[in-house]
Amino acid sequence: MKKEDRLEEKNPIESLLRMDRIPHIWCPGCGIGTVVTSFAEALHKSELDLDKVAIVSGIGCTGRVAGYVKLDSFHTTHGRAIPFATGLKLAHPELKVVVFSGDGDIAGIGGNHLIHAARRNMDIMVICVNNFNYAMTGGQVAATTPKDANASTAPYGNFEYSFSLPYLAEAAGATYVARWTALHLRRVTKSIQEAFNRRGFSFIEVITPCVTLYARRNRLGDGLNLLKYYYEKSEIQHGADTRTLDISYQGKLIVGKFVDKEKPTFLDCMNEHLAKVLGEKYQLYGENND
Amino acid sequence: MKKIKADPKGVLTGAHYLDGDHSLAEGGLAAGCRFFAGYPITPSTETAERFSERIPKVGGIFIQMEDELASIAALIGAVWGGKKAMTVTSGPGFSLMMENIGLACMMETPIVIANVQRGGPSTGLPTLTGQQDMMQAKWGSHGDYEIIALSPDSPQECFDLTIEAFNLSETYRVPTFVMTDECVGHMHEKVVIPPAEEIELVERKWYTGPKDKYLPYKPDKDMIPFMVKAGDGYRFHTTGLTRDERGYPVINAECQDVCVHHLVDKINKNADKIIKLEEQEIDNAEVIVISYGITSRVTTRAVEQARKAGIKIGTIRLITVWPFPEKRIKELAKKVKAFVVPEINCGQVVLEVERCAAGQAPAIHVPHCGGWVHDPDDIFKAIKEAAK
Repeated sequence: MKKEDRLEEKNPIESLLRMDRIPHIWCPGCGIGTVVTSFAEALHKSELDLDKVAIVSGIGCTGRVAGYVKLDSFHTTHGRAIPFATGLKLAHPELKVVVFSGDGDIAGIGGNHLIHAARRNMDIMVICVNNFNYAMTGGQVAATTPKDANASTAPYGNFEYSFSLPYLAEAAGATYVARWTALHLRRVTKSIQEAFNRRGFSFIEVITPCVTLYARRNRLGDGLNLLKYYYEKSEIQHGADTRTLDISYQGKLIVGKFVDKEKPTFLDCMNEHLAKVLGEKYQLYGENND
Repeated sequence: MKKIKADPKGVLTGAHYLDGDHSLAEGGLAAGCRFFAGYPITPSTETAERFSERIPKVGGIFIQMEDELASIAALIGAVWGGKKAMTVTSGPGFSLMMENIGLACMMETPIVIANVQRGGPSTGLPTLTGQQDMMQAKWGSHGDYEIIALSPDSPQECFDLTIEAFNLSETYRVPTFVMTDECVGHMHEKVVIPPAEEIELVERKWYTGPKDKYLPYKPDKDMIPFMVKAGDGYRFHTTGLTRDERGYPVINAECQDVCVHHLVDKINKNADKIIKLEEQEIDNAEVIVISYGITSRVTTRAVEQARKAGIKIGTIRLITVWPFPEKRIKELAKKVKAFVVPEINCGQVVLEVERCAAGQAPAIHVPHCGGWVHDPDDIFKAIKEAAK
């Protein structure tokens, strides 16, 4: 039997991957690949024209996603995936633009862009893989590292407060906010599908194991141990008040869909407002502009 | 390069009384810029204001971003979405833009950035002039790369050179700078905007071959790769990492050598085609004054004084500052006694003159730390010194 005919050699989401770039760089036990699988499944299940879906990543482990997914894909600078996506979406409103990046990229160095894109209700989807640390650079403390967890730049334990990303996203104006873990694969897929069907700023946090750095440094075991932690400590609370979603070290993980509402997007607001003020002088943007 | 005529929608044909900042915006609109992202900063804000007023009426989009980091990121995204895009800033904002100017270089993305220079460092002189970002324009982002920078000396040139900047940017797929300053930015003069059919634009070098054969970074015969935009079914990848022709990251010295050489060579090897100079009375000159932007206008007075004093003097105005006119300066260094280089900084472009003159003729710098233009007498004194 030829190698490529063997079932185990075929990847079920092959058509959405750049197979000439596989194997990927992620560690055994890492959760990023499973989120990519959910994303690919959501794309398969959606009826979107995949030529009109673009993916933008920043820098870091999750930042590498854009390089593996076979869509128009942009691997940008650290923290700037959201403003890059903003430019791409506004230049070409027909596109579905997805930002796929990590917690350090989205909420650390890119935190300002996150809140402003949410404030504007920019019509993009942000998938934020949260592994509680800066993994690509060796496990440094992040804006999402739970208090007391150990990191390579918090060798005596982290004493800073951490961001609750769903709370931040909702407060800034996101119209769809969900949080899951790498254990909740079907839920992640469903959330991505739902977000594809919404217009506006969607934010999906997925908590994933970083076995090589976060888990090892904190003596939490391997990937399976972390999935067990998610299994034991996660609790689905759809519609939970996002003020109650703080994550403590190895503490309870409240997951679910917290926000799902409709609000005119940046382009809706711009078109409506300028048409009202400028009248006939204004040509609706996004129509006949591409 | 395919040449096209400007879209009349964006061209405000006629004679106007405009300042440099507003002319930058009109130049951009005439060049087909339909995406502006920026962040307010003195003394460049009027450009953004004019864009915000004008661009919705010509089918474009203005967005005020949260900072300059985001502005350049949005520009690059917009260009890959198919638009022509520009922004404007001044020193502190220019510093923040450096990060993604590097990305634009690496992704070979045509964007135009106007810098209405003010005195620095740091917050410096928000409302007063300077020419202190000239080296930053060339070297400000990390790594090796080349860019193009033009320097207008009047509101008319702010208009003309912004169009030129777009054309160069599209031709070479490189960030292109319009390096003006507070004086020119806030100077009101007559600006003549020609009819659209007289404005020639360079169309983006669109790829038209088979979709599965597209290689984003395969240089064409003229060294410049073809471009596509998102949403057209190419499913392409691009990255800020060192990459091969496919746009895939390859982290080794061999690929780095090919990639970086390409970024540098595509500008340096085309320097003769890019560079524009305004030369006056060079042939019998013993002394040549080299200046650019507002300083070239102040120089005019000093040159008149020198002529009256019987000094054989010529002038070169650098319309293109980067790439630097290395060959021309080398050639002239053999013929003249000295170069005089006034500029509103403590010595930037003079270093290039010195390098190119390579000891054949001295380059006498006339410094000014910013806040105002030179006293023409100071330039005249340097000319007299040079003529000795």
